Amino acid sequence: MTTLKDLRPGERGRVTGYVTDRLPSRILEMGLLPGTIVELVRLAPLGDPLDLKVRGFHLSIRKHEAELILVERL
Amino acid sequence: MSGSCHEPTTTTLLSDGQAPAIVHRVALAGNPNVGKTTVFNLLTGLRQKVANYPGVTVERKSGRLIGHEDVEIVDLPGTYSLNPRSMDERVAYDVLVGRMRGEPAPDVVVCVVDATNLERNLYLVTQIMDLGRPVVVALNMMDAVAENGLELDVNTLAKRLGVPVVPMVARKGQGIDRLKEILLRGVPSPTAERRWTLMPAVASVVEALSQQLGEEAPDIPERQRFFEALSALTSDTLLDEWRTRAPRFYQAVLAARQTLEARKVPYRQAEMIGRYGWLSPLVAEVLRKRPDAQERTLSDRIDAVLTHRIAGPLIFLGILLLIFQAIFSWAVPFMDAIETAVAWTGEQARTLLPDGFVEDLIVDGALTGVGNVLVFLPQILLLFFFLGLMEDTGYMARTAFIMDRLMRRLGLSGASVVPLLSGYACAVPAIMAARTLDNERDRIITIMVTPLMSCSARLPVYTLFIAAFIPSVPVLGPLNAQGLAMFSLYLLGTSMAFAAAWVLKTFVFKGESSYFVMELPPYRAPQFKQIIYRMLDRAKAFVTRAGKIIFSLSIVIWFLASFPRATLDPELLAQRHALETWYLQTRDSLHAVGAPLEAFEALEATYEDRLTPITDAEAAQQIRQSFIGRLGHMLEPLMRPLGFDWKITAGIISSFPAREVIVGTMATIYGVAHAGENEIILREALRADPAFSPLVAVSLMVFYVFALQCMSTLAVARRELDTWKWPAVMWGYMFALAYLFSLLVYQGGRLLGFE
Repeated sequence: MTTLKDLRPGERGRVTGYVTDRLPSRILEMGLLPGTIVELVRLAPLGDPLDLKVRGFHLSIRKHEAELILVERL
Repeated sequence: MSGSCHEPTTTTLLSDGQAPAIVHRVALAGNPNVGKTTVFNLLTGLRQKVANYPGVTVERKSGRLIGHEDVEIVDLPGTYSLNPRSMDERVAYDVLVGRMRGEPAPDVVVCVVDATNLERNLYLVTQIMDLGRPVVVALNMMDAVAENGLELDVNTLAKRLGVPVVPMVARKGQGIDRLKEILLRGVPSPTAERRWTLMPAVASVVEALSQQLGEEAPDIPERQRFFEALSALTSDTLLDEWRTRAPRFYQAVLAARQTLEARKVPYRQAEMIGRYGWLSPLVAEVLRKRPDAQERTLSDRIDAVLTHRIAGPLIFLGILLLIFQAIFSWAVPFMDAIETAVAWTGEQARTLLPDGFVEDLIVDGALTGVGNVLVFLPQILLLFFFLGLMEDTGYMARTAFIMDRLMRRLGLSGASVVPLLSGYACAVPAIMAARTLDNERDRIITIMVTPLMSCSARLPVYTLFIAAFIPSVPVLGPLNAQGLAMFSLYLLGTSMAFAAAWVLKTFVFKGESSYFVMELPPYRAPQFKQIIYRMLDRAKAFVTRAGKIIFSLSIVIWFLASFPRATLDPELLAQRHALETWYLQTRDSLHAVGAPLEAFEALEATYEDRLTPITDAEAAQQIRQSFIGRLGHMLEPLMRPLGFDWKITAGIISSFPAREVIVGTMATIYGVAHAGENEIILREALRADPAFSPLVAVSLMVFYVFALQCMSTLAVARRELDTWKWPAVMWGYMFALAYLFSLLVYQGGRLLGFE
């Protein structure tokens, strides 16, 4: 099972689903929905949080939430 | 009050919309960082009104449309969706759905949209459209679209959305005339059919619920019911509001949730899936990449440096140092100037007013109070300027990104960094800056620990006692013992702030989860005009909010220090009498011999010189016998274990409105109030007092690191948290820390053989 957390900087993936349905709804409102293509741009200097590019903008979430989002590598 | 009248035109933009109504109330909505405030400034000019929404501390910014006094524009806080989480978002939500107390629903909503970030921005637009009110989309940043090598088909976008769309470059004022024209012509409501589709399993449930809601709450406009029912189904906070207002609807929603959960329908995601499902293809249709489009924008390349693993933190540190430097040194001449101006005004007032109670009340009470408020202004303005610059360029989000990991360990979030650092200048604006935190737990913890950051009001206290008792001997390179002492005090406060945050996270808010979802907006060139407006706005808020409390408390403290009137030592009275007699007689004899002007001036000077010690001695007797002096004596047994005698105790009490007041009080008690233009005399007096020693001074400074000697902080915390509970806890735990640590320092020091 690959999650968003497993992507390496520069890699892209497509969201396939979630590990739990209790993900903060703000993440979904920001557009991280099944089918969405996400790029992991970089990690913060201390390794967390992540800088994601999704729907043309940069979104930052923590690994803690990233590992709840399932992706397939592209 | 319709001052100007414009003909209602018959041209409707949409065939099946209602006839456009004349617009009186316009709400400006939009995501954060889309240039909403720029659009607001363009529409209203500089005549803006800042007030508060009832019951919350969120500012209500409004203004009148330039040239059309009858049209009011309200600038709502930025929000990503109509599913509110922070206080700011809640206000935007309440106004848009028409449930803000004392605020009728807007006639038109202008939704400002970042054209370079269409999909996510339009998410909010589709939600606002579902409210059934007229909407205009202000499509801002059109220049950036072209720069990024993209082409945007505005006409198709408008057609698909079914609302007017105005392309704009707000920073350059482009498109504003067209927007005004549309507003003045009147905007029709969007068509009733929803353009996006909710998955059928959820849609049918929401339809049924919205009918139920209509029966129980008929005041909710029909067009809005579907949206309200959907919101209640998916948001616990929003559902909670119906518990008493529409109890049957409330129960029906709970039942519907159970049914949907049993059927494994992902109803909480349904709205997002539905809206984005409609928006994605729409954006793909209207947005085309030119062949010269670059994969990496300029902003991406800047980020590669500013959030770089090594360069990023270093640059952040450098920027912090610069801000510190500015606050601590650039502000000082202005603060001095303010103090001089207040002192000068006081002297002028003394010559104008008859001696006595009223004179003292005005000069020592009221004017000191004004001075206590104004002296903070230079630092507050500078801090807000830098914060504004960081916000406006988009760098602020990066500081949170860089620091989140570290801050989370301590029970805070990356977004707490800025409020905490602002605390070094002044806890009042810092606590206000914590509003940007959308997680309630993080916000409370941040507010609770911010006052531990050594603010600028502690600086005069540190400076006085360090200069008086810490020798200026070199320790390490350019660092001397005084500098090291100062640094240690800051470090002590800061580490305790982190420790307190950790304790709150671990023991008080245990189990409550926090999350971090933050946009990293594209970097943009700062707009200095905007930054300065915002800086002035915030400074005004400080002066009016905290100012009132500081001012009135200063008068109370003046009263406590001036009453009861002391019975002066007869010897002192005799001295004064003798001096005055000598002065009058000498003057008369000078007159008699027709002495030159210089002789009179020399006499005046001598007289003043001899009078000052007498006045100072009188002031010292007064404060000793005043309520504050008595309180000092009364509480001395409590403070004795910390090494504080009644004089320091009285100083601490007097500095409750503002910490630095202790410096003035000590000067008065030691009878050097008027000699004390330069602090050196006060330092000498302190050193000469056997009750004082380096150990006592350290104990006192440690006390000031922790004790919450600041009424305005308490007042602002009370406003921001809407309860006295947390401010009370705040004062209590900080006093406990102060007492405990001073006790440890003093008793420990004595055990080690210090005096």
